[in-house]
Amino acid sequence: MIGADSKTLLEARGLHATVNGIEILKGMNLTVKTGEVHAIMGPNGSGKSTFAKVLAGHPAYEVTAGEVLLEGKDLFELKPEERARAGVFLGFQYPIEIPGVANSQFLRLAYNTVQAQRGKDELDPLEFDDFVRERMKLLEMNPDFLDRSVNEGFSGGEKKRNEILQMALLEPKLAILDETDSGLDIDALRVVAGGVNQLANENNAIVLVTHYQRLLNYIVPDYVHVMESGRIVKTGGKELAVELETRGYEWVAGATVAAGAAA
Amino acid sequence: MSTVLQNLVNQPYKHGFVTDIESDVAPKGLSEDTIRLISAKKNEPEWLLEFRLKAYAQWLKMEEPQWANVKHPRIDFQSISYYSAPKARKKLASMDEVDPELLRTFEKLGVPMNERAKLAGVAVDVIFDSVSVATTYKAKLAEVGIIFCSISEAVHQCPDLIKQYLGTVVPIGDNYYAALNSAVFTDGSFCFIPKDVKCPMDLSTYFRINTESSGQFERTLIVAEEGASVSYLEGCTAPKFDTNQLHAAVVELVALDNADIKYSTVQNWYAGDENGVGGIYNFVTKRGLCKGVSSRISWTQVETGSAITWKYPSCVLRGDNSVGEFYSVALTNHHQQADTGTKMIHMGRNTRSTIVSKGISAGQSNNSYRGLVRIAPTAAGARNYSQCDSMLIGDRCSANTFPYIQVNNPSAKVEHEASTSKIGEDQLFYFAQRGIGAEEAVSMIINGFCKDVFQQLPMEFAVEATKLLGLKLEGSVG
Repeated sequence: MIGADSKTLLEARGLHATVNGIEILKGMNLTVKTGEVHAIMGPNGSGKSTFAKVLAGHPAYEVTAGEVLLEGKDLFELKPEERARAGVFLGFQYPIEIPGVANSQFLRLAYNTVQAQRGKDELDPLEFDDFVRERMKLLEMNPDFLDRSVNEGFSGGEKKRNEILQMALLEPKLAILDETDSGLDIDALRVVAGGVNQLANENNAIVLVTHYQRLLNYIVPDYVHVMESGRIVKTGGKELAVELETRGYEWVAGATVAAGAAA
Repeated sequence: MSTVLQNLVNQPYKHGFVTDIESDVAPKGLSEDTIRLISAKKNEPEWLLEFRLKAYAQWLKMEEPQWANVKHPRIDFQSISYYSAPKARKKLASMDEVDPELLRTFEKLGVPMNERAKLAGVAVDVIFDSVSVATTYKAKLAEVGIIFCSISEAVHQCPDLIKQYLGTVVPIGDNYYAALNSAVFTDGSFCFIPKDVKCPMDLSTYFRINTESSGQFERTLIVAEEGASVSYLEGCTAPKFDTNQLHAAVVELVALDNADIKYSTVQNWYAGDENGVGGIYNFVTKRGLCKGVSSRISWTQVETGSAITWKYPSCVLRGDNSVGEFYSVALTNHHQQADTGTKMIHMGRNTRSTIVSKGISAGQSNNSYRGLVRIAPTAAGARNYSQCDSMLIGDRCSANTFPYIQVNNPSAKVEHEASTSKIGEDQLFYFAQRGIGAEEAVSMIINGFCKDVFQQLPMEFAVEATKLLGLKLEGSVG
């Protein structure tokens, strides 16, 4: 869904980041334009999730070098909540449980905070209830979810649906979905992917972080990137994912080592 | 209802608004003479003086309790002035003279303008409006026979009631601070709900103007006769700036057959500054006696203030089928210390009690729940359910739970549940990722955590308590 007047949304250049003093990202580069769907793949520990969390501003990660621009502005100038309000959304790999806080209350506060930032009207509880129920249909969610505590006692699949519901409410410019497919059975995967596809448009962009090609049968990426040791080592079209599935990550790793030796 | 009572409750408000008693402060120190002086100043009958002197004699033989999980320098009881209450407050000519910090707090709490003036001690005309509010209020209560006045007034106006009930729930030698209070108490509230009367409104010390400055040694007595019911609200959420260090109050509740007393407190005494300098030592004895069958006493407290809180609102369930409840939120921040909880003493058959305690610790504070559930041999079929939850904010605070359970009847059922949780970085990050800042996130988590207790508070108190917790935690995260 790349439009004719596609704009650069995100630009990461030479990004290095550490957690507990260990360097995970080592020169990550990525450019994402509006209307694009990117998939970041790679083996465990290659830095995919770290990249997602660094973009969202998780306090445990420290950026040691490089820069990230969101619509041309320094992303790291913004606090995590400001990044969210500016349109950066992270779909969590492991959504956090918040006992005692009703999902409806949490969703409404998040929605109204972002609405206020955009200069739009906030919704009162009744208006919001109508609105959220409509959005929940997109994900075939039971309205009971609204009365339960945020993610508490949710199954893996329910948590992931709740993440995409939040994406549907907040309408981010850049949605980074961290292993949204993990823990989903095939039916749930279809529903969640269907939801994401309906939310994708020419003004936003989606970055899928995933291990498996499976998700990409449902959400078709424009670009597939392979990460290895904290940076992207290969970029291709959607066919790259299929090739990875048959040949494994070692194939890419081997290829880059060979390329490095040749250079 | 007797004509004496009629006259008592119908009399116009006669104490003026601010009493100038600065010249009326007794010299520091405690002795029999001090007690005689207090009693004489208050023109008390002989029996009350004896009550005080007996308590004093007991107190002299007692030791300060050391078992609480709090630390403080030894209190010098000879350096306190025992007749400095009601506290003299400087009369301020206008709102401009009021501490701006205090005004900011009022603003945040949403205290109405005219009440702000009243609370800050400003002598302006609106105050007299509130006096008339108090008077109207009293007249309305009098119609149904309820007595609601200061305990000093009650000693003169209805001495038989006071004589009958004072010290029957908290005996003069009950504990160190209760003995001290019994010897030197200066004022407090008395509330009497006659048989079969349902009090038509929540009674609040907020409306009893002289209670707002009723000193360190407050004494409260509430009696609900057969079939009577009352909801009593103590304190208000406005901060009280106070240089006095020790507050040792005693509250006694008596519920006769089928009576129902609900006692709600929002306590926000001065907690000291963020370095732990200053603040109130709040050493309070609160106890209710479910004397009659099927009576019910329910304590709800939201404790956010004081440098040290030492407080165990308790229920003695003597009447068969009587019910005791304790709902508590205790929040400590900075260097505050709280050792608080309850005692449920089951004596009658089929008595039931519920304990829901929520402790929140932030900063470098120390928050302990201490509770006793005792099932006497006579309490066949007694039941208790206790739930003690602690929440930690940050990693320099501590939370402790000390439950004591003594069961002496094999037919009793006692349940105890406890949990500890922490507002973690990951939770706050999750909120932040949805655009919600740390303070709002903490307030939402805390309100969720305290929901079971807040539900027990009267509506307007619940709203204020919610705001107050947010205010107290300001700056403790993020």
